Amino acid sequence: MPIIDFANPTRFLTIANRALPWLIAVTVIVFAIGLFYVMNAPDDYQQGATVKIMFLHVPAAWLGMLGWGLMSVAALGTLVWRHPLADVAGKAAAPIGAAFTFICLVTGSLWGRPTWGTYWVWDARLTSMLVLLLLYFGVLALYWTAEEPSRGARAAAILSLVGAVNLPIIKFSVDWWNTLHQPASVFRMGGSTIDPALLTPLLIMALAFTLLFATLHLAVMRNEILRRRVRSMRLMQAQELAEAT
Amino acid sequence: MIAFNALLVRDMRLAIRVGGGALMGALFFLIVVTMMPFAIGPDLALLARIGPAILWLGALLASLLALDRLFATDHEDGSLDLLMMGALPLELSVATKAIAHWLTTGLPLVVIAPLLGLMLNVELHAMGWLALTLLVGTPALTFIGLVGAALAVALRRGGLLLAVLVLPLTVPVLIFGVAAANAALFGATPFGPPFTILCALTLASLVLGPIAAAAALRHGLE
Repeated sequence: MPIIDFANPTRFLTIANRALPWLIAVTVIVFAIGLFYVMNAPDDYQQGATVKIMFLHVPAAWLGMLGWGLMSVAALGTLVWRHPLADVAGKAAAPIGAAFTFICLVTGSLWGRPTWGTYWVWDARLTSMLVLLLLYFGVLALYWTAEEPSRGARAAAILSLVGAVNLPIIKFSVDWWNTLHQPASVFRMGGSTIDPALLTPLLIMALAFTLLFATLHLAVMRNEILRRRVRSMRLMQAQELAEAT
Repeated sequence: MIAFNALLVRDMRLAIRVGGGALMGALFFLIVVTMMPFAIGPDLALLARIGPAILWLGALLASLLALDRLFATDHEDGSLDLLMMGALPLELSVATKAIAHWLTTGLPLVVIAPLLGLMLNVELHAMGWLALTLLVGTPALTFIGLVGAALAVALRRGGLLLAVLVLPLTVPVLIFGVAAANAALFGATPFGPPFTILCALTLASLVLGPIAAAAALRHGLE
C-alpha cells in the first residue's frame, strides 16, 4: 500500500481502530514477560534491589529521545511534503515524549538517592535530559498558545527541527561542561559492563516500552483527528447559525 | 547590496531614535548586575570568582528581553509584509534585521561589560578577554533568539513564550562563553578550545538562524 493511502484521515482511522486492540494485547503480553524476567533478575552485588529501577529508567530515557526523533521526522513531513497526518503525528508525540523524559528524570533521581546519596547532581547526563524536557515544554507551550491548530503545528515543526540540530550540540557541550568541573570518578556507575542476566530483561522491557509508546501514539493520533473533526463541525454549526439569524 | 544597506540603516535608525529603546538592554544589564551583590552578599572574593558567570547571565537575559522588538513593531505597521514581498530574499533581510538588532542592543552590552566587571571585582588584566568572549558570543544569542522571535510573531504571542522557547537553546553558548571567560581569568584551563567552539557556535547560528526564522515567518504569516 503506498504511503499516500495513509494520508486520508478516514482510512487512517479505520486502520488505527483495527490495529489498536492487537497492539494493546501484544504490549500487555510483552510487559508480562518482561516483568517476569525483571522479578527473576539477580540483584546487583553493590546496589542490591535498587538496580531494578534500571528496567524502568533506561527504556524511558531511550523513548524520551525517540520521541524527539519522531517529532523531527513528522516536522519534515509537515513542512516539506505537507502530509496531512504528519502534524497530527508530531503533535501526538510531544506529550508522550515529554512524559517518558519526565519518568526518566524521576526514576533516575529516586535511583540516585540510595546509590549516589543524593536526589540530584549536576551530572552531564541528568542535565542534558533536563534540557530535553525543557525543549519539550517549549514545543507544548507553542501548541497551547496557537489559536489555529495548523499554524501552531507548523511553528512547532520548525522548533522541533531547530531542536533536532541543537540537541546533539547541547548534549556534547553539557558533557564537556561536566568533565571540566567534576572528576568523572565520582559518578561512574558500577564500572562494569552489564551482565547478560540483567541485559535480557532490559531489552525485553525496552521492547515493551516501545510497544507502549506505539500504542499510546496511535491512540493519541486517533483522538487528535477526532478532536479536529469535532472542532470543524462546531465551526460549521456556528456558521450555519450565524447565516440563519 | 543597496537593499541590505538601506534595511540596516533603517533598523538602526529606528532603534536609536526616541522610542526605539536600544539602550534599555544595557540599562537592564546594569540593574541586574547591581542586584546580584544584594542577593549574594558584598563578598568581593566570591564576586570575583563568579563575576564572569554573572556578566554572561546578565547579558543573556538582557539580549533575551530585547528580542520582542525584533519583529513585533514591523509586524504591527505592516513593513514585515513588505519585506516578505521585497526583492531581497527573506533569509537575507531577516539576517540584516538581526545584525542591526545586535549592533544596537548587543554591542552596548559588550561595551559596558568591562565597567560592570570592575564593580564585580573581576581582575583588570582579563577584562579585555572577558569582553572578547561577549563580543563573539552575543551574536549567537541574537541569531538563536531570531528563530524564537519569528515563531512568536507568527503566533502573535511574545513575552514569556519567547523566553521558554529560546533559553534552552542557548545552553551551549552560555557553557562555552563562561568557560572561555573563566579560562582567561583564572588560567586553570587553556583559553583556546572553548573560545574557538564559541566562535563555531556563533558562525553556525549565523547560517541556521535566518533560514529557520524565514521559514517560520513564511509558514506563520502566509
